[in-house]
Amino acid sequence: MSDDKLPAEHAEGHGEVAAADNPFADPGLPAHQVRRTDIDERAAKRAERQVSLLFVVSMLATIGFIASYVSIDPDKIVYIFPLGHVSALNFALGMTLGVALFCIGAGAVHWARTLMSDVEHPAERHAIEADDEVRADVIEQFKTGAGESGFGRRKMIRNTMIGSMALVPLAGVVLLRDLGPLPEKKLDHTGWDEATPAVPIRLINMNTNEGMKPEDIAVGSLTFAKPGPSVLRPEGLQESDDDFQEAIAKDALMLIRIQPEDIKDANSAGLGFQGVLAYSKICTHVGCPISLYEQQTHHALCPCHQSTFDLSDGARVIFGPAGHPLPQLKITTDSLGYLVATGDFSHPVGPSFWERSE
Amino acid sequence: MSSASTSGKQAPPASTRAKPANKAEAAADYLDGRLGIYSLAKANLRKIFPDHWSFMLGEICLYTFIIIILTGVYLTLFFKPSMGEVIYSGSYTPLDGIRVSEAYNSTLNISFEVRGGLLIRQIHHWAAIVFVAAMFVHMMRVFFTGAFRKPREINWVFGFLLLFLGFFDGFLGYSLPDDLLSGTGIRFMEGAILAVPLVGTYISFFLFGGQFPGTDIVPRFFTIHVLLIPGIMLGLLVAHLILVFYHKHTQWAGPGKTEKNVVGMPLMPVYMAKAGGFFFLVFGIIAAMSAIASVNPVWAYGPYRPDQVSTDAQPDWYMGFAEGLIRVMPGWEIRAWGHTLNLGVFIPLMLFPLVLFAIAAYPFIENWITGDKREHHILDRPRNAPVRTGLGAAWISLYLVLLAGGGNDLIATHFHLSLNDITYFVRVGSFVVPVVVFFVTKRWCLGLQRRDKEKVLHGRETGVIKRLPHGEFIEVHAQLPQDKLHTLTAHEQYEPLELPAEVDENGVARKVSLATKTRAAISEGMFGEGSQIPKPTADEHKEITSGHGHH
Repeated sequence: MSDDKLPAEHAEGHGEVAAADNPFADPGLPAHQVRRTDIDERAAKRAERQVSLLFVVSMLATIGFIASYVSIDPDKIVYIFPLGHVSALNFALGMTLGVALFCIGAGAVHWARTLMSDVEHPAERHAIEADDEVRADVIEQFKTGAGESGFGRRKMIRNTMIGSMALVPLAGVVLLRDLGPLPEKKLDHTGWDEATPAVPIRLINMNTNEGMKPEDIAVGSLTFAKPGPSVLRPEGLQESDDDFQEAIAKDALMLIRIQPEDIKDANSAGLGFQGVLAYSKICTHVGCPISLYEQQTHHALCPCHQSTFDLSDGARVIFGPAGHPLPQLKITTDSLGYLVATGDFSHPVGPSFWERSE
Repeated sequence: MSSASTSGKQAPPASTRAKPANKAEAAADYLDGRLGIYSLAKANLRKIFPDHWSFMLGEICLYTFIIIILTGVYLTLFFKPSMGEVIYSGSYTPLDGIRVSEAYNSTLNISFEVRGGLLIRQIHHWAAIVFVAAMFVHMMRVFFTGAFRKPREINWVFGFLLLFLGFFDGFLGYSLPDDLLSGTGIRFMEGAILAVPLVGTYISFFLFGGQFPGTDIVPRFFTIHVLLIPGIMLGLLVAHLILVFYHKHTQWAGPGKTEKNVVGMPLMPVYMAKAGGFFFLVFGIIAAMSAIASVNPVWAYGPYRPDQVSTDAQPDWYMGFAEGLIRVMPGWEIRAWGHTLNLGVFIPLMLFPLVLFAIAAYPFIENWITGDKREHHILDRPRNAPVRTGLGAAWISLYLVLLAGGGNDLIATHFHLSLNDITYFVRVGSFVVPVVVFFVTKRWCLGLQRRDKEKVLHGRETGVIKRLPHGEFIEVHAQLPQDKLHTLTAHEQYEPLELPAEVDENGVARKVSLATKTRAAISEGMFGEGSQIPKPTADEHKEITSGHGHH
């Protein structure tokens, strides 16, 4: 934009123009308005006492803080309206500290506002930019320096230096490799992976730690389950296992029972057993455990981002941000009538990822 | 000198400096000889600061940052950033005998066993919330007043980076106690990382040291939370403050205030007392807040287990708009050639920085449009830059709509609304609301400009009703004093950029680049007839006040 398009006032600046013909001209700094404390010594004395009082209150509050620290039992709970039952120590320490700090601040601000000078002064600004002479001088010096280095002349040095500088950060990137193992196919499999029709794995109730029979599960109920004993885990998945958190993050199951005629998806009904269906509890959106089940509609809702799955229709997504249905585990019963899994989920559980093929 | 030479001893070299009057001056002389304090103080001791309540917003940011560092150091003395498992046996009986991580266990110990530990934890968390909120409001103040213009664009970027890093450090701190809520937040992060094409699973495995959740994430986050990000932020903060000092503060237009001066009161003593005192006010209020209002009661949530979650799982508010993006995005997935592209998560993940960067880039965009290369130290009133103000308001409205999306479950339960309806509203509202807000704000600004013009030309309403000889009642308007007239007309108005004629004087078609055409079109939108009310001129004022046909 050419300079003539810019507003004119700025270039001239609003000087202190005493222009009788321009009612908009800058009249200059207004005269100082005196405060009461500037002219009335009694008011000034009163302000002085107020400031000191605030500092004294602060001192008392700090002493109160120390007294509370040594005298109040950390377990003591008191009722304070309208807060309800709160920790006596936390309340006492917080309030005394708050008062001790606040009064220092209030005292200082009150002092500044009533007793220190409030006369406004103008200070000049100087342009940030250097003047032309300095600019020319610096550029000349730089050129001299650059010329002495031969940077522009010796192109081979310049190019190899740039190359080496560009490559050397790779060393830092490579060093990050041992932060963790490679993903390989680990996300495709879960703890149910070991189950086979010959050696099935029992479904263990998360609350009772026992196997479950189909008749234990009422129609319309929601039950959570984890893998039972297997070859690699003779005790089944236990909370005391070193990798419990990693395992339960993928293995957790939710079991529901629906009247077989209410199941809309034939494939899903076939994976279940007498209307008992076992779905992954881990949401396919970003991996929250799904735990809200509406037995009338057979909808399950993830409380984190509200993805909603129709469990009677193959856990199809009917609302929310999830991109695909919950994986289902094929279940049946063993010779003693307990629910078992005979293989892993047909699809990887949890949030989707680039290498996920289905 | 002469006596020294006659006695034969080595004389100390003479100092040209006057003898110090007292011990304080002597101490200052000592330091000056080593640190050069007089030269430093010369420019700064009586440095002038202009006064306006909104200038304290940045101070709140600075002070809460200091409070966060002080309390954070205290917390590190007691916190154990480890995911090793222990059986809880502290004084909070509901969790007695439960298997928890060291991180969670030590957080409970800080809250229940360490005297004052709960208070410090609460101050740390409250200060973090106030810190981000204050940065946000401070940034909006700078935006709406145009304080980001030359020479301050780079400081705007530093401030933006501080906000961006503040978001992440807040999220990391929230993740450290390893309670059910923080673990859910980390799980969300894992899902988001897995949605990154090509390298998502690798980043996830390297970050977690294997499969989610592993045992590395809390110690790793701890180092990033207490060392890496605060270190960068401290550097940015110092640079930010040095630039504020170097540029000197901006000021509002008013009598005696120009682009070439700064009018206010000196650092010593007024601002030392006011700003120093304000630190204690902020700290005191946050301490009192922490005494009466509980934030993040991790004992109520329980330790993290990946198969458990509570309802209304929410991040802290400043991450709420990211949460909104992820909640309202439809679940789009593309599966082809054995790969999955999870657009439902990846698009929000990309939009998150974009929403923020949109505002970060604004100073450079506006500068490109105006082509203004001058320094600006006088602030714009928001009404006098209607398009900028409209854009800022639209951006805030988008932020708020997405925040509502991030809290859709809470809104649904508290206002008895359908969760699905809220989500549908946010999906549409993210596109519609900012546009509506932009136009409403712009019109509003224009209305206020008209009002200013009216006031300048016709004076202010006095409330005095006068009856004219022929029976008409009129209200007497009083002329504004010159200082008010000056203040209301001090702002500048840009003229929209005009393209050169299509053909030059020889009739040859001129080449006008697409960039120039775009710039002209935006310039017309920002400074054209529909976007600003021409400010009153002295001639108009004279004509009206001369009494020819006007009251």
